[in-house]
Amino acid sequence: MENLRLLFAAPSLSLQLLLDGVLIGAIFALAAYGMALVWGVMGLINVAQGELVMLGGYAAYFLYRAGIHPLLGVPVAAILLFILGWALYRVVVFRVVDKDLFISILATYGLSILLQQLANGLFGANVRTAESGFGTLVLLDGAVTISEIKLVAFAAALLAGAALIVFLKRSRMGQAIRATSQNARAARVMGIDTDRVYAWTFGLNAAICGASGALVAMTWIVHPYLGLPYTVRSFMIVILAGLGNVFGVLAAALGLGVAENFAGFVLGAEYQAAFIFGLLVVILVWRRFSLARQRRYLT
Amino acid sequence: MAKSITLARLAAAGACALLLLAAAGGAAAKVEGDTVVLGAAVSLTGKYSVNGKNTKDGYDLAVKRINEMGGVKVSGKAYKLKVLYYDDESTPARGAQLAERLINQDGVKFVLGAYSSGLTKAIAPVTEKYKVPHVEGNGAARELFTEGYKYLFAVLSTSDYYLRDAVNVAAEVAKEHGRDPKTLKIAMAFENDPFSLDVRQGILEAAQKHGMKILVDDKLPPEINDMAATLTKVKAVKPDLLLVSGHEKGATLVVKQTAEMKVDVPIVGTTHCDSAKIAETLGKTAEGILCASQWDRKLSYKDKWFGSADDYAKLFEKEFNYPAPYQAAESTASVLVFADAFARAGSFESEKVRDAIAATDMMTFYGPIKFDPTGKNVAKPMVLYQVLGGDYKVVAPTKWAETKLVFPRKMPQ
Repeated sequence: MENLRLLFAAPSLSLQLLLDGVLIGAIFALAAYGMALVWGVMGLINVAQGELVMLGGYAAYFLYRAGIHPLLGVPVAAILLFILGWALYRVVVFRVVDKDLFISILATYGLSILLQQLANGLFGANVRTAESGFGTLVLLDGAVTISEIKLVAFAAALLAGAALIVFLKRSRMGQAIRATSQNARAARVMGIDTDRVYAWTFGLNAAICGASGALVAMTWIVHPYLGLPYTVRSFMIVILAGLGNVFGVLAAALGLGVAENFAGFVLGAEYQAAFIFGLLVVILVWRRFSLARQRRYLT
Repeated sequence: MAKSITLARLAAAGACALLLLAAAGGAAAKVEGDTVVLGAAVSLTGKYSVNGKNTKDGYDLAVKRINEMGGVKVSGKAYKLKVLYYDDESTPARGAQLAERLINQDGVKFVLGAYSSGLTKAIAPVTEKYKVPHVEGNGAARELFTEGYKYLFAVLSTSDYYLRDAVNVAAEVAKEHGRDPKTLKIAMAFENDPFSLDVRQGILEAAQKHGMKILVDDKLPPEINDMAATLTKVKAVKPDLLLVSGHEKGATLVVKQTAEMKVDVPIVGTTHCDSAKIAETLGKTAEGILCASQWDRKLSYKDKWFGSADDYAKLFEKEFNYPAPYQAAESTASVLVFADAFARAGSFESEKVRDAIAATDMMTFYGPIKFDPTGKNVAKPMVLYQVLGGDYKVVAPTKWAETKLVFPRKMPQ
């Protein structure tokens, strides 16, 4: 209650929370878009999404340690993760593409634990951060601050999203991905190598997760156990926005970022994560009812 | 019919295996010839693997040094020490299993602690059940010492002491600046784990003693990756102290984000900043941060095994190629407690060793060690650093202070 009163007494606080939420929402949007892509095209829910984000963060961190500015690390992390995603598809994921949804969830859950423990074994459990050297913008006499790195991350996230859309619309591979997503069997009949399309899709997903992870490492911190909240957030955003709706994903992600920040402020940080999970339940219930209504119209 | 035969066979095989195990257990006793075997489950994999290795290195260095110096003399005969390790995978359930295994199968009669309060909490009931002395240097939770355990001893200060001194120092400084400590306001945030909640309890008690007011009291979820919401609140209420305990994550985030969001608080204190390496990795944004630590190489403690604290740190670095963290120092001290107790007990009988440990009153490179009836070390104070000029300088307790607290903290620009 005290916190709510504070919020109304000082409107600049709301502005601060809103800005922070919108800026970090764009980073969530990247990972969520990757999940929507894989879900839509390959019909599998990738539970290892957050671990790909984490690995992207480590890629950026090690590049930073090698003297490369973390911002340049973003595309490099994306490329490295693309290769990893491709490899993961060729080794594990291709086995579960046409299978039951639960099998794919189990398989990618296994992957997530494996990647998490590998990262712990290789890089250690230490908390790392890639210093970007950006400063802070101060607005309204210091009442509102925006760290430049968040602005940069926001722009980079939008840019990466836009690049992905252009790729899907214009390139041959993008067209093949979309065709496969619409009807995999028809695509195969038309001579599209769907196996290759799937490998590309998973690689692309890993690449944008990697980019988002690099931004996370610059904005906050990176450690091996970072993944789960990102997987949950992606899942929520995709459930809310639906598959194949880029702007829906972006809107849902920004909304989630804002909701999270306000929840953290009003309810206290301890309920920030609980709030996300609570919201997930509400959204799933609401989704179920709205789907049930549609079904009723059909019959 | 066929089925029941296989079952009978299985049962027979199982019985044989059990017999074999029992035989093996009997053979490996607590003292093998002139070697005393201590047992430890430490985290070599899983989320505590970094600190688990620190713990093991600390034990190994102590054992090596004691053996080099001729071992432990027990009723006229010199015995060497040896530690039997298992990997507890950073999970409490596994830790408890391994403690059972150490005691029942390997016949170990003396147990060294695991890393973290959670693991220690899981292992302590086991050592208590078998009446096996358990000396630890890495479980600081206060509740470990409210259970009435008789066989658990800790060489470190309990976690409620971590940031207590930060509050006391703030009160002192306020008086010097002509302010009543009662007018000081505190904002604080803690991870929701036993350790950090103990730290919080200590602060609450200290704040109450000085009559300070607490304005923000947030609990951070374990998956915390962003403190922006909490810090927005902190910035709005303008406190005099900001205290955070959230292991390495909390330390890194509070330093990084107070600088980014320009949250200007005169005293900012946190735990785990030395293991998070904030001065080394966060550069000038870490300037002025107060850090709580169990031990520092600059303290003027001395003992017959290692010499001064600094000598210990040098030896450790030579041996393991990284600077000695306090987690390793307190592990080494745990082994020294056993060595000292063996010599005084003049026996390897559990009860006698336990009583000798309880009567410990010794000086080590790690600090004085003397246990209260609940088994925690009450002789050693905590150390408070301030990051100044990119280095950790001891500012409290005043007896070992290298420099005076810089107050208010100068915000990095």
